[in-house]
Amino acid sequence: MSHRVIVPIGPYHPSLEEPEFFRLYVEGEKVVDLDIVIGYNHRGIEKLAEAKHYDQVAYLVERICGICSSSHPYAYVLAVEDLLGGELAVVPERALYIRTIIDELQRIHSHLLWLGLAGHFIGYNTVWMWAWKYREPVLDCFEMITGNRNNYAMFKIGGVRRDLKDEDIPVLKKAMDELTPVLGMFKGAVMDDPVIQMRLKKVGVLTKEQAIDWCVVGPTARASGVNIDIRRDEPYGALTLGKIDWNVIMEKDGDIFAKTVLRILEMYECISIIRQCLERIPKGEIDSNVKDIPPGEGIGRVEAPRGECIHYIKSDGTNRPVRHKIRAPSFMNVASNKVACVGGTISDAAITLAAVDPCYCCTERLAVIERPTSKKIMNGWDLIKLSQEKTERLKKELHK
Amino acid sequence: MNIKTMMQEHLGATITAWQEVNPRRVYFSVKKEDILKTVRFLFRELGLRFSIASGVDTPQAIEILYHFCDDVAGTVYSVRVLIEDKKSPEIDAITPLFPGAEWIEREMWEMLGIKFIGHPNLKRLLLAEDWPEEKYPLRNAP
Repeated sequence: MSHRVIVPIGPYHPSLEEPEFFRLYVEGEKVVDLDIVIGYNHRGIEKLAEAKHYDQVAYLVERICGICSSSHPYAYVLAVEDLLGGELAVVPERALYIRTIIDELQRIHSHLLWLGLAGHFIGYNTVWMWAWKYREPVLDCFEMITGNRNNYAMFKIGGVRRDLKDEDIPVLKKAMDELTPVLGMFKGAVMDDPVIQMRLKKVGVLTKEQAIDWCVVGPTARASGVNIDIRRDEPYGALTLGKIDWNVIMEKDGDIFAKTVLRILEMYECISIIRQCLERIPKGEIDSNVKDIPPGEGIGRVEAPRGECIHYIKSDGTNRPVRHKIRAPSFMNVASNKVACVGGTISDAAITLAAVDPCYCCTERLAVIERPTSKKIMNGWDLIKLSQEKTERLKKELHK
Repeated sequence: MNIKTMMQEHLGATITAWQEVNPRRVYFSVKKEDILKTVRFLFRELGLRFSIASGVDTPQAIEILYHFCDDVAGTVYSVRVLIEDKKSPEIDAITPLFPGAEWIEREMWEMLGIKFIGHPNLKRLLLAEDWPEEKYPLRNAP
């Protein structure tokens, strides 16, 4: 008779970069069921957005995630621009190019971050160190263009906030030139390495049918043969203009090896898109100074590094959204771990759970604070009560 | 035949309102009794991808928008359903049709208090276990 054991991973675990809790049901070495518990990172951003005006929401959604921190503001401004008649109708051409450059640079840094983590999870720490080393120049590019390494604050309704300086363009080109051989090195290190092939092939497989049923998006879907990429299906930014030549990378095996190869190859496309943008970027305005948001509904979609990021905005004509629904790609992808993990062995679980490139701050969008002295966890109401008590105390001190 | 005409032909009178904001954004309404039938047709027959559902608390009713994507044409079809009974809103769950809808239905249940009939695993997803019962964060003040 088989004996079922529960192996808990998380909520805080050295191999997890964010809080989440996996309950693995194990018989011998084999994982037979999986329970995913999330919610440790829920901040109530959708509710907060209803209390902010349209310009503030762009900053708010930028703080959903630090890795894909331009995808959320981009999807949000696209949703609002959808209300205004579409991105092309309100955004100047130069701003479209700047938006695409930021979006693709972000994809490179996010994929490199994942590649490093994936290397770390399978015990290949050299890849981890390399990937994160070569991610730094990409972050430097961000710092040069936007002033920030993360949370770029570039997006606003009707354009972008900062212009790309002429002297930045050669620096960016040089950075892209230097990155290409690095990608070649990673490609060799992953695709030609028999050990990695043995470790990752036929592990954590998500079949095409499962991918469709679990509605996964992005590299997770494309690695299983589901052909979706929002950049092609509903182009945005400079890609709308049809002057940029690029390919959607597809794989069919659905295993972790396919996901890894796909992300590496995708970075080549990002570099190619950025180069073409830098060649073609026209001079001109970067902002169209949108003043009023009409009543109605708008949907904005962006291919974030992890897949489709979708924002829905409902406006009643005032300066605040009535409803703002946010769906990050990991919300769909993480749930699919249930099928990818079950049937495999427990030693494969760590890399399988990481293969969708999970991003829980995106998925959950509540701050939970743990006091260092005791185990008690405070919720938002406790914090409000504390601040009210402090205000009362200060008031009393003032009147003394 | 394109997807729009197939939808209109097959669903016919089930669609109570049709609004094409632009070629890539289509919103249409169905009665809440017809949701399973509609979603089954969109997902299984037409092969559209379920992107997400948005629950909205409006003054008159609780509204759910099921967003489906046609990834070939790049169109988003949003199926609008109104649940007029705001005291105890109920609707058929679509999770039994495909597992990808499980989390969002759990989220709408805890955030808006919509009961999904037939959902296999209706428990909290994001809110803490000590969150008070019957307090729904995304409901607006009456």
